[in-house]
Amino acid sequence: MQPPDGPIDAGYLMRVIAALSGGVDSSVAAARMVDAGHEVVGVHLALARSKSTGGRSRGCCTIDDARDARRVADMLGIPFYVWDFSAEFAEDVIGDFLAEYEAGRTPNPCLRCNEKIKFKAVLDRALALDFDAVATGHYARVLDGPDGPELHRAVDEAKDQSYVLAVIDQHQLAHCLFPLGDTVKDEVRNEARERGLRTASKPDSHDICFIPDGKTADFLVDRIGQRPGRIVDSASGAELGEHRGTFTVTIGQRRGLDLRTPGEDGRPRYVVDVDQSTDTVYVGSADQLDVVALDADHVIWIGPGLSGDWREVTAQVRAHHPGVPARARMVDAALQVELLEPVRGLATGQSVVLYDGPRALGSGRISATGRVGDAATV
Amino acid sequence: MAGSAKRRAFVDHAATAPLLAPAREAWLAASESVGNPSSLHTSGRRARRIVEEARESIADDLGTRPSAIVFTSGGTESDNLAVKGLFWAGRRRLGIDAPTVVSSSIEHHAVLDPVEWLVKHEGAAAYWLDVDSRARVRTDDLAGFLSENAERTALVTVMWANNEVGTVQPVAQIAQLCREYSVPFHTDAVQALGQLPMDLSEVGATAVTISGHKIGGPVGTGALIIDPYTTVEPVAHGGGQEREIRSGTLDAAGAAALAAAVHYAVEQQGEHARHLASLQSALVEGIRREVPDAIINGAEPDDSITHGERLPGNVHVSIPGAEGDALLMLLDAAGVDCSTGSACTAGIPEPSHVLLAMGVDERTARSSLRFSFGRTSTMDDVHAVVEALPGVVERARRAGSVSASVHTSVGAAAGRAD
Repeated sequence: MQPPDGPIDAGYLMRVIAALSGGVDSSVAAARMVDAGHEVVGVHLALARSKSTGGRSRGCCTIDDARDARRVADMLGIPFYVWDFSAEFAEDVIGDFLAEYEAGRTPNPCLRCNEKIKFKAVLDRALALDFDAVATGHYARVLDGPDGPELHRAVDEAKDQSYVLAVIDQHQLAHCLFPLGDTVKDEVRNEARERGLRTASKPDSHDICFIPDGKTADFLVDRIGQRPGRIVDSASGAELGEHRGTFTVTIGQRRGLDLRTPGEDGRPRYVVDVDQSTDTVYVGSADQLDVVALDADHVIWIGPGLSGDWREVTAQVRAHHPGVPARARMVDAALQVELLEPVRGLATGQSVVLYDGPRALGSGRISATGRVGDAATV
Repeated sequence: MAGSAKRRAFVDHAATAPLLAPAREAWLAASESVGNPSSLHTSGRRARRIVEEARESIADDLGTRPSAIVFTSGGTESDNLAVKGLFWAGRRRLGIDAPTVVSSSIEHHAVLDPVEWLVKHEGAAAYWLDVDSRARVRTDDLAGFLSENAERTALVTVMWANNEVGTVQPVAQIAQLCREYSVPFHTDAVQALGQLPMDLSEVGATAVTISGHKIGGPVGTGALIIDPYTTVEPVAHGGGQEREIRSGTLDAAGAAALAAAVHYAVEQQGEHARHLASLQSALVEGIRREVPDAIINGAEPDDSITHGERLPGNVHVSIPGAEGDALLMLLDAAGVDCSTGSACTAGIPEPSHVLLAMGVDERTARSSLRFSFGRTSTMDDVHAVVEALPGVVERARRAGSVSASVHTSVGAAAGRAD
């Protein structure tokens, strides 16, 4: 075979599983792997088995997407298989999602899926079948560093997905290929169009894939059941309304609370606290939401982790959050982070990802938050 | 890609077979002329003549009368027509609202699903016949049931030979029992045709399903061969073709091609079966040599000629510790086309209901492969499989040990979610 002429892993031809979601990004990623001369096999993951998501194509598990994935593989001339991880997805992602909400936290299922399914179950299977790597259409870069592979932000900062990938360790990262990390999204679409891929004009997916209508609260009430309670003004203690379950609201939420009376000062009110034990939701003003410190557990380092000494980092707490300057250290198995700029509306269960410049150092799940006026430690 | 230049070993004839030259020629010849076989003019009569000659040819080859042949689009349609049509007719004949459909737990989905649909939407009762560990239906179970329930049984449907493990069913005995109790008997003979002797006058079933593309005819052709004096309600209503049992413009070219394929299948059956059996025993021997702990599922292959309990073209094997879909993928890469069981639309492997009915545990059921030989198969195909298998099995077992823990949790999740 000819040496690859593409920029990716030049000089080393691999057996690669290209995860094909049926979207434009994974299509182009797979095409680039084929161009680079790798032996590529396309795999579409069957994650949800519901047939009710037909019609509009949203998320990563609709019938249209499976079909599009197959057609991309046809056009690239690569074998195509559907790998069924729906049982694992039901337990590790949806099950975890429900359990976290029930426990009063706000989980990010995309991180969980990357941690447990895409770069764990799928990667393990690929490696056992003698593949060298899994390639996906994520926007992030894997760069060689002195201590092994490093996860870096994508060139297209608006599309950067290193946040949702910061749950995979270096061993896994060594077998990950993100061929789009050095390209901006518009170019990817153009490239798809030039290649004649039918996925070129597909819209991006934003919703949680297993809640295609985007109505998370309804989904939770459906699965968990109603646990109605009061919505209370955190300052006055006045009762302002009812909710269907504390899990249907999120810290920092403003809309959809359906409060009976306007606030005394006429300013908007936000969910500032939730008490699981009494099923009470507290609302208050925006400044009550400013978080300046947090603790995180479930810590995963991509390379050597932080020690007990404070280190200057950038902390990102949501997929689309620019990150704020912070300092962080480990205290036993817990990660302690001080945010040097307050972050508004931060809920436990969300993940914090720490960066050193463009490099993602690792992640943790927020277990406690400290706000302005709280004691210095959380 | 690797392997693309190499000749592929197509060992999946039970899924579909290559088009036979006589079938192609018959189709092309019939397609030359215009004419709806139901039209009264000269062109219509010419087309009708092609259909009727095809009907007579099939009747002669299979030992039945031309009026019994109802042309359909294939096996699935024929099975639906037989199961639903005989159920609805039986409901009227018996004068009860919720008659029983007797079937076996190893049927193809084209029978299983219509039966389950009737239970869900038409108030039918279902009685599922037991099978033994070789997937053979127990006729004593049927005799016991009919002795007490014949007057509320709309039909019995049991396949002639199983599509996954190749077990041949005692259809003549079942037909005899059903005749004694005056209960209509349908059998899906899609896999049996061409591999087993088939004289319908000897078997005495009420209705028999055949399909074109499994024997080298075109996809989209088939027939339900049904006793013309048995009432069957139509599933598709319309122009009243085919004795008002199956409406829709008659496909003259398809009928001609089907007749050519049936003729070839019946004429060549004995010789073909011997050829298939030689490939079958070579493959079984090769598998046992290269993968000693592999389990050959179904009836003993050596019996295929003498006792006729297994289709000669079928080899079905479980490979403990490996997953069927990993084996399939690796064999695919090695140039071998085979199957994990019956194909399903999404490409998502389910443990086979046939193996589960035989008493095989779910893990073993998931570790299965079906090889099926046909008209174009040669010893080279056997050698290709046997050569590829040791490496493929070793690699699939490594992958299997990775997901073993995963599948333990699968059971727990499924149990909780439902």
